[in-house]
Amino acid sequence: MLGYLVEKEFKQIFRDKLLPKVILLFPFMTLILLPYAANFEVKNMRLAIVDQDNSSYSKELVGKLIANNSINLVANEHTYNAALGLIQNDKVDMVINIPKNFEKDFVVDKKSDILIAVNSVNGTKGTMGGMYALSIIRQYQDEKTTEITGVNDPPGVEIKTIYQFNRELDYKFFMVPALMVMVLTIVSGFLPAFNIVGEKEKGNMEQINVSPVTKPIFILSKLIPYWVIGMVIMTIGFIVARLFYGIVPQGSILTIYLFSFVFTLAVSGMGLILSNYANTYQQVVFMMFFFIMILILMSGLYTPFNSMPPWAQKIGAFSPLTYFIDVMRNVYLKGSKLTDLLPQLYKLLAFVLVINSWAVLSYRKKN
Amino acid sequence: MKALTINNISKSYKKKAALKNISFEVDKGEIFGIIGPDGAGKTTLFRILTTLLLPDSGEIKVGNLDIVKDYKKIREIFGYMPGRFSLYHDLTVAENLEFFASVFSTTVEDNYDLIKDIYSHIEPFKKRKAGALSGGMKQKLALSCALIHKPQILYLDEPTTGVDPVSRKEFWQMLKNLHNQGITIIVSTPYMDEAVLCDRIALINNGEFLDIDTPENLIKKFPKKLYAVEGDNMPKLLKELRDNENVYSCYSFGDSCHITLKDETLPNNYKEITPTIEDYFILLLK
Repeated sequence: MLGYLVEKEFKQIFRDKLLPKVILLFPFMTLILLPYAANFEVKNMRLAIVDQDNSSYSKELVGKLIANNSINLVANEHTYNAALGLIQNDKVDMVINIPKNFEKDFVVDKKSDILIAVNSVNGTKGTMGGMYALSIIRQYQDEKTTEITGVNDPPGVEIKTIYQFNRELDYKFFMVPALMVMVLTIVSGFLPAFNIVGEKEKGNMEQINVSPVTKPIFILSKLIPYWVIGMVIMTIGFIVARLFYGIVPQGSILTIYLFSFVFTLAVSGMGLILSNYANTYQQVVFMMFFFIMILILMSGLYTPFNSMPPWAQKIGAFSPLTYFIDVMRNVYLKGSKLTDLLPQLYKLLAFVLVINSWAVLSYRKKN
Repeated sequence: MKALTINNISKSYKKKAALKNISFEVDKGEIFGIIGPDGAGKTTLFRILTTLLLPDSGEIKVGNLDIVKDYKKIREIFGYMPGRFSLYHDLTVAENLEFFASVFSTTVEDNYDLIKDIYSHIEPFKKRKAGALSGGMKQKLALSCALIHKPQILYLDEPTTGVDPVSRKEFWQMLKNLHNQGITIIVSTPYMDEAVLCDRIALINNGEFLDIDTPENLIKKFPKKLYAVEGDNMPKLLKELRDNENVYSCYSFGDSCHITLKDETLPNNYKEITPTIEDYFILLLK
């Protein structure tokens, strides 16, 4: 019986003019486009210099600044106010003001002021750009101090950071595994919900309900095709990550498949809950947007989970995505083994249990 | 044993009562019609009979099976054709039929003789998607699918609503043929002219059965003489008749007015006619 029902589902999916193409295209496009487009690396900071000193020191500093390939010098202004006007007209992103007597003050007092003004309408760009400029100026200051005094003063602490597990701090390494989770959530969590609500709306469900087909069998027949499609999508994800980014999981791919499957059980249960409460397509689509937004923003997909405020982390702890994204990054970047990831596995299994019990209960109540 | 025994069932949605203490029995092999206007409670009754909805109170027996306890067994012995076409639009005619056969653990070949008369009309289009069929053909396919597991009882909820007069006639002919094969048929319709085609009918309004009997007996029950009055200006005619003190009831019926009188012994020159089910229904509502 289940066999017939699943066969029918596959027939319908493949007969749909749009759906199979979208299912294939979706992971491709997400994985190929998003990591390039959505990243925090700041490039092309447009800089205006206001060099009121015009000394050899100030010129050297400007040279250092524009040697950085994230910063482009686009204007030289004589007054700070003129440069600020450029920021206001969005002609430049950052203004660096080198005051008069910069060289003199520096040599004599070993102290001078430089003003950095950054356009922070785009917060990330502002912060990151400011930090770039600051680090270059610091470095310059250290060099000069050493040069003038002849001793390495201040000896201070030299901070060197080694980025463990992602040497170049490449944002793509961080994003690609997480994006695979997002794609899997949408395809195997929400597509079956759409499908079920669609049958409800068209009245097909009533025909099935008056037949000897039991509810668990009916629901399983709706979920199984999407579980299979989910695994296919993960496979596409592995291939795209390998071909386009050269990202290969450090750990076992089987571990990822195992977690993918457990995770799929959890999100498809979530989809079922939605489909039980929604009676029309419109309702379920809107509910999906609501949950997708919250799940993605709260689960550490774009922003690191640990940098969220504690209350947000508490909310995020109720999202299965949080754990699966964590697992994906650990396996991909760190090479974690199944034994290292048991806590996440248990939590995901708990989600599977709770969510699906809720789905079954709400199904009974509503139908 | 009766094919169907309904005893005092009620159902309300929130506070609105959809069915109030309905009781009736249906014999084996009978065509039982449920006639009433939209919103009378017909579909609610069908949803209860087809195990999709639980009644608030009362009991229903299908043969000797209880509708609540034995709903699984009951689902195997009835066929249901809802008012709205609800087969799979994206599967072909043949696939729909095969799918519903397999859902009931049978095959199209096993029960082909039962549906042959109906299915043969649409068989030339068996590779066409169900969604691309015309209204009348969709209806035939839906009926074939409802019959594919050889049900003992067939529930048809407003099967002819929105269907053209020719197809309606054809459809009732098909029902008569099924009737001859011993299938009990329970059919609802808002069309009074279809009522006379049933063996027995129940008149339903506002969740209550007004009367249950054969169409002939219902017409005989009409307590008064019925007259038809014709005229060119219908609104004016209606108004004049209603203002007449001796007129008990008056309503337009096609191109004439049907009236009953309070005192039939007074001399009048109205034309007396034989009442129809619809006349009886309207009188009951008064």
